[in-house]
Amino acid sequence: MERNITCIICPRGCSLTVTVDGENTKVIGHSCPKGEKYGIDECVNPVRTVTSIVRVTNREDTMVSVKTADPIPKAEIFDLMKLIRETTVEAPVKIGDIIIENVYGTNVIATKDIK
Amino acid sequence: MLEHDIVIIGGGPAGMAAAVAAWDKGATDIVILDRDDDIGGILRQCIHNGFGLHKLGRELTGPEYAAVYKKKVEERHIKVYYETMVTDLTADRVVTASNRDGILKIKAKAVILAMGCRERSRGALNISGKRPAGVYSAGTAQKLMNCEGYMVGKRAVILGSGDIGLIMARRMSLEGAKVEAVCELMPYSGGLTRNIVQCLEDFNIPLYLSTTVCEIHGDRRLEGVTIAEVDENRRVIEETKRYIPCDTLLLSVGLIPENELTRAAGIPIDPITNGAIVDEHRETEVKGIFACGNVLQVHDLVDYVSDEAEIAGMSAAELVLNGRTDGTAVNTAAGNGVRYVLPQRISNTDSDVALFMRVVKPFGKVRFTVKSGDEVLATAVRIKAAPGEMEKIVVKSSKLALAKDTVTVSLEEI
Amino acid sequence: MNYDVAVIGAGVVGGMVARELTKYKLSTVLIDKENDVACGASKANSGIIHGGFDPEPDTLKAKLNAMGVQKLYATAKALHVPHKNNGSFVCAFSEEEDKTVKELYERGLKNGIKGMSVISGDEARKMEPNLSPDITSVLNVPSAGIICPYELTIAAVGNAMKNGAELLTDFTVTSIINTDGMFTVSSADGRAVSAKYIINCAGCYSDKVANMVGDTSFEIIPRAGQYILLDKKEGARVTHTIFQVPSKEGKGILVSPTVDGNLLTGPTAEAVDCPMCVNTTPDGLAAVQKLAAKSVPSVQFREVITSFCGVRSSEKNGDFIIEESKVQKGFVNVAAIDSPGLSSCVAIAEYTVDILRNMGVELIENTDFDGTREDPHFFRHMTDDEKNEYVKAHPDYGKIICRCETVTEGEIRDAIRRDPKPQDIDGVKRRTRSGMGRCQGGFCKPFVMKLIAEENKTAMENVTKNGKESAMVIGKI
Repeated sequence: MERNITCIICPRGCSLTVTVDGENTKVIGHSCPKGEKYGIDECVNPVRTVTSIVRVTNREDTMVSVKTADPIPKAEIFDLMKLIRETTVEAPVKIGDIIIENVYGTNVIATKDIK
Repeated sequence: MLEHDIVIIGGGPAGMAAAVAAWDKGATDIVILDRDDDIGGILRQCIHNGFGLHKLGRELTGPEYAAVYKKKVEERHIKVYYETMVTDLTADRVVTASNRDGILKIKAKAVILAMGCRERSRGALNISGKRPAGVYSAGTAQKLMNCEGYMVGKRAVILGSGDIGLIMARRMSLEGAKVEAVCELMPYSGGLTRNIVQCLEDFNIPLYLSTTVCEIHGDRRLEGVTIAEVDENRRVIEETKRYIPCDTLLLSVGLIPENELTRAAGIPIDPITNGAIVDEHRETEVKGIFACGNVLQVHDLVDYVSDEAEIAGMSAAELVLNGRTDGTAVNTAAGNGVRYVLPQRISNTDSDVALFMRVVKPFGKVRFTVKSGDEVLATAVRIKAAPGEMEKIVVKSSKLALAKDTVTVSLEEI
Repeated sequence: MNYDVAVIGAGVVGGMVARELTKYKLSTVLIDKENDVACGASKANSGIIHGGFDPEPDTLKAKLNAMGVQKLYATAKALHVPHKNNGSFVCAFSEEEDKTVKELYERGLKNGIKGMSVISGDEARKMEPNLSPDITSVLNVPSAGIICPYELTIAAVGNAMKNGAELLTDFTVTSIINTDGMFTVSSADGRAVSAKYIINCAGCYSDKVANMVGDTSFEIIPRAGQYILLDKKEGARVTHTIFQVPSKEGKGILVSPTVDGNLLTGPTAEAVDCPMCVNTTPDGLAAVQKLAAKSVPSVQFREVITSFCGVRSSEKNGDFIIEESKVQKGFVNVAAIDSPGLSSCVAIAEYTVDILRNMGVELIENTDFDGTREDPHFFRHMTDDEKNEYVKAHPDYGKIICRCETVTEGEIRDAIRRDPKPQDIDGVKRRTRSGMGRCQGGFCKPFVMKLIAEENKTAMENVTKNGKESAMVIGKI
């Protein structure tokens, strides 16, 4: 199976043609090794970094921004969002603090300091 | 009246990077004036990732990118006036600002303009209809959602495929809203390709090109919009009109550099960039006043904002510390296929100069040629070029020395 | 509640009438169906103080406009409402129109308007260099001016309230019943007030309100007018208000500075089905641009910051209707107040009270009446020294919330607290100008929402843009 996708590793946005064939999946059109890897991953096991916000309960109208420390499988995005929405934290929070531990093989971490 | 060597107006990515670069160059009497209660500017509401790959070698979210520079500002003990709005600037570099302590007047040896930009509003679009709630500029909705934690609506249409619009399409989808469509007046998207993939395709949000919102429905809160395709002259094609029910319309229809202070100081503005006319030091036509970041030209990547701000910061420090003597100046110009070139003027041909430009429309493979008279100063080949993505071409000083006349950048498809 | 007088409609006319009534010992209630004052024609019109040459002589319009201009200037001053006596030009573009200019001049003399002159196109261009070279002659009307119509209404109502009048908002009148000389006015939500006299200032709805007491003597024809407002960069394009002489194509459109320094162009004039028909249309806005350029070709329409549409209440006979109803004693119609209603509003209010007097209403002077409004301390109008001094005592006045219009947190908080209290974003906008500038609230809106929520001790979800069901956000994430 052949798929035409746009590489999103960097703003350049190379047009990749991926021939999906298990172990022998091949990519053409990339400009760097990261792009080749993206092409394969995107067709075999697509992943995304998810960013959102979590309410800080002990500060008035304050939200802390969060992200997954590593990309997670694309199919799990909405399940993770549900989990993030159910989560609250208490300040202080530092950038990198783990907000939700060990979900889909990674952690959800803070991307903002809340004093 | 207070006196400082360098006054920086705006503490967003440009202001912070300019302050750090100026300090590192040796000018330590610097103040930043910011209207908000924290520095970081618009990055604070850009909670998505994709920042810093070029500049910092790792992918960060907006708040993280801002924090990197905020830390640098704090480490250098650079003075920041928070919740301080600059209300006036004069050509002799007197900055007037207002905060809860009163009116602040500062006489500066150098001023760096880093006010950023604002979003074009509905008012400028002449969309028919009344004025219900639920029509937001995308950035306002972004602030309400990401900083204040409020959902602006359940069912949205987005006009304009600029990056903020695309990012907000994803953001609203993630929070459970249904994004019915992104409409783009032009036959191509104004946003980065990666955002079209990550923000629209991932969430099955249709992007309608050559399509606009022509009518807004609803008295109190938005009830729906009429969208329609447009012809090559951007006129609505009547028979393509269709109604989409929605409670939210986000506008991502362009950014306008906030140059009211620039104008107040009598600084000439480039009608294409809507920012000041500058030389390679990012110094405006008024000596001692510099500009960088989105107030100078609207960027698509914050990394390039930081780069540009460092040039402005270092040049301002250089001017304050050593003064400066410039050599022969040449102007730059946009040739075939190029919309603008920045800087608009090169004051000193002794060092390499990076030229930044945008193309007029999407192209496939192109060759850019930088020429002065018949002399070719540089060429660059790109596999594709689009108006949404700024191009950079470095001209070596050895070649610049050959420039006797206007330096023109043009492109040809190859 | 029992009142002596109920005024229906809190536009500029109802507001001025209520204020005029508080000069006497009368209990007065002012009623409006919206959640704020100035929500109809008073919020979206040209904001012009007309010289008074235009109305047909011997009409109420001619009389009250001529009387009203100086009274309006004086009242605006007492209420601290921004206004300017900038003068107006009425431009002719042909020999035929030159004749019309002369006729207007003659008519103005008949109406008792002072100071007018007819000048040549060249003389006019000396005073206004951006006028079209095609202009052949001009009626120069130095007494004309500009004023902010909603600020005037807000100030008039606030002053009436200060002097004892009550304001009831969200009160949609559904029936008016007269029993033994006492009216009962009921609203859609079940509230009712009683009053001995009713003054019907319901604008586009005044015919429907009159119908409630069986008065079918007039019918309002709503007429929509679309406008384009330009950035302050264009504000100095002209200093006078520039009209065109009425021609076969219509009354022409105006180009005028506003008291806030913008440039206003418009209006179109279209009969519409209902008073809620305030849609702007591409054709309407295109017509405004085309006709504005006829007078002032150099207007830069890329500097547009917003467009809007207002509906005014016209009537087939063309004159104001200000009289006691012929079918219902004690019920006074103040209706069909289209242009020059704003210019005449103070005179209309006085004239209305005269009608009450002639009806035998006992008018005992209210010696406590104070016709002045405290200076609302518009930060943008202060000098740096004044600002500095005021901020030292009121630190919130140092925090600028709306960058484009230089509006401070202090002004917004004060506006939310001051009568008549605004209920939503648009109400705050009309009082302070926050969000009225070139970015149209893109930056300040979230701050204003927070201030409204804080001052009214309510949740952000309850902060509305313009009346019920116009929530800005739908809930917490």
